[in-house]
Amino acid sequence: MTTTPPAPPKTRTIMRPATVRKSTNPAATWGPPVAVFVGFLLVWYAVSYLILDEKRRFLVPPPHEVLAAFFDPKVFGEIMLALSRTTFVALIGLAIAIVIGVGWAVAMSQAKWVERSLYPYAVVLQCIPILALVPLIGFWFGFDYPARIIVCVMIALFPMVSNTLFGLQSVDRGQRELFQLQRAGRWTVLTKLEFPAALPAIFAGMRISAGLAVVGAIVGDFFFRRGDPGLGSLLSTYTSRLQSAELFAAIIVAALLGVVIFAIFGWIGKRVVGRWYDFSAN
Amino acid sequence: MSIATPVAPTTKTDQLLHFDDVAMTFPNGTTALSGVSLTVNRGEFVTVVGPSGCGKSTLLRIASGLTPATEGVTQVDTTRIGYVFQDATLLPWRDVQSNVELLAELNGIPKKQRAATAKDAIDLVGLSGFEKHLPKTLSGGMKMRTSLARSLTLDPELFLFDEPFGALDEITRERLNDELIKLFTEQQFAGLFITHSVSEAVYLSTRVIVMSGRPGKIVDEFPVEFPFPRDPEIRFTAEFAELCGKVSHALREGHS
Repeated sequence: MTTTPPAPPKTRTIMRPATVRKSTNPAATWGPPVAVFVGFLLVWYAVSYLILDEKRRFLVPPPHEVLAAFFDPKVFGEIMLALSRTTFVALIGLAIAIVIGVGWAVAMSQAKWVERSLYPYAVVLQCIPILALVPLIGFWFGFDYPARIIVCVMIALFPMVSNTLFGLQSVDRGQRELFQLQRAGRWTVLTKLEFPAALPAIFAGMRISAGLAVVGAIVGDFFFRRGDPGLGSLLSTYTSRLQSAELFAAIIVAALLGVVIFAIFGWIGKRVVGRWYDFSAN
Repeated sequence: MSIATPVAPTTKTDQLLHFDDVAMTFPNGTTALSGVSLTVNRGEFVTVVGPSGCGKSTLLRIASGLTPATEGVTQVDTTRIGYVFQDATLLPWRDVQSNVELLAELNGIPKKQRAATAKDAIDLVGLSGFEKHLPKTLSGGMKMRTSLARSLTLDPELFLFDEPFGALDEITRERLNDELIKLFTEQQFAGLFITHSVSEAVYLSTRVIVMSGRPGKIVDEFPVEFPFPRDPEIRFTAEFAELCGKVSHALREGHS
């Protein structure tokens, strides 16, 4: 009996290319930033121990010393109290910047001549080194909370103005004409069309301003060094006393404050307009 | 080619829109339209076909009052005008119901009444059940239906359409053409419809106007006598093909 060799299979299995995994896996989401953080710590240790000799180690104290300094009860209390004051100034400053910024932009959106008259000053505000004005503001408004809030507003204002104006002006022409055909008045167009359409841009501006408000709250305080010390005064004090571990701790806390406020405003923005606006580009 | 207009002689009250020797020159010097005379009467559905850039959309903008003509007389004999844009122009933060209510809202109609009107319009365009959907979740065809429903809430006597189905795929476009014919038959508005599709023009209208390239002029017009409501099958008849051929021919002549 002869057997015929088995015919080669007519069909071939074609492997599906591995589909790109969506990053719903927490390891995929958190893995890379954690790895960067670990790498950062390693570099930090390397700088502290390998590059700097013992006498100069205070320039970059190793991470565990910073941590130890931070959890020293006295320092911890100091930093937390300063943090609460800085947060207060940043939030008030941000709120004022939002109100003034949106109001300014709305005024400019209503008439070309208002825009022509006022926009240059928004740009000027953005371009003048606020640091140079900080001492003046101190002279004029005293060195306590009001002056700190003013510095904070000046630093945080521009993104609110420019983003809101951009949002108000980028309304789709067809949508405008839709309102025009019904002879809708200015106020109606503003409240029912322009303002809602500008909300995504306004929230994008808020996120930027939120970060700047933290910077602003620290800068005023850093220069004034009067009244209740906020994070700025604290940074200034630790610097002058060469308390570098404490200084690093305070800097990290200041950075975290900025990140948290930024994240909160991102979250609020998503809650308010994420239903209809796709933020995924960010 | 001279064409006798077969539309029955109309009384004054039947006229809803009339252009008399209308011309449009933009500030930059381009002439979009010149010497356009056209009347749209009650019960008519007039389509305008022409090459792109011939100013056919400008004609609608003039009729609606969005852009005044630089010359000639435009007479609109109704205040109830519907305008359907090339894009659906829905407000993305409003759901279907609230988008459809918008025009009534802008005209100060009380909440209850406009909700009911919007509901009816949504039913008419076949979007019942989608009231709570946001525009981003709708297909192109459904967005257009929403836009159509929005205009219907004003119960327009004169309906202006600016290439509303131009961006849709063939199947959706044909389906919406049938819906539009149904609406036209039931709602008794007069239509002025801009398109660059010859078959769409012939299928929808009682009269096809052919415009030449820039500056846009009316070069020809063809009555379409298929009965309403139109049977989709007429698209495959010899008469339909012949009429489309004539319109295409006129378009090509007007273009050269």
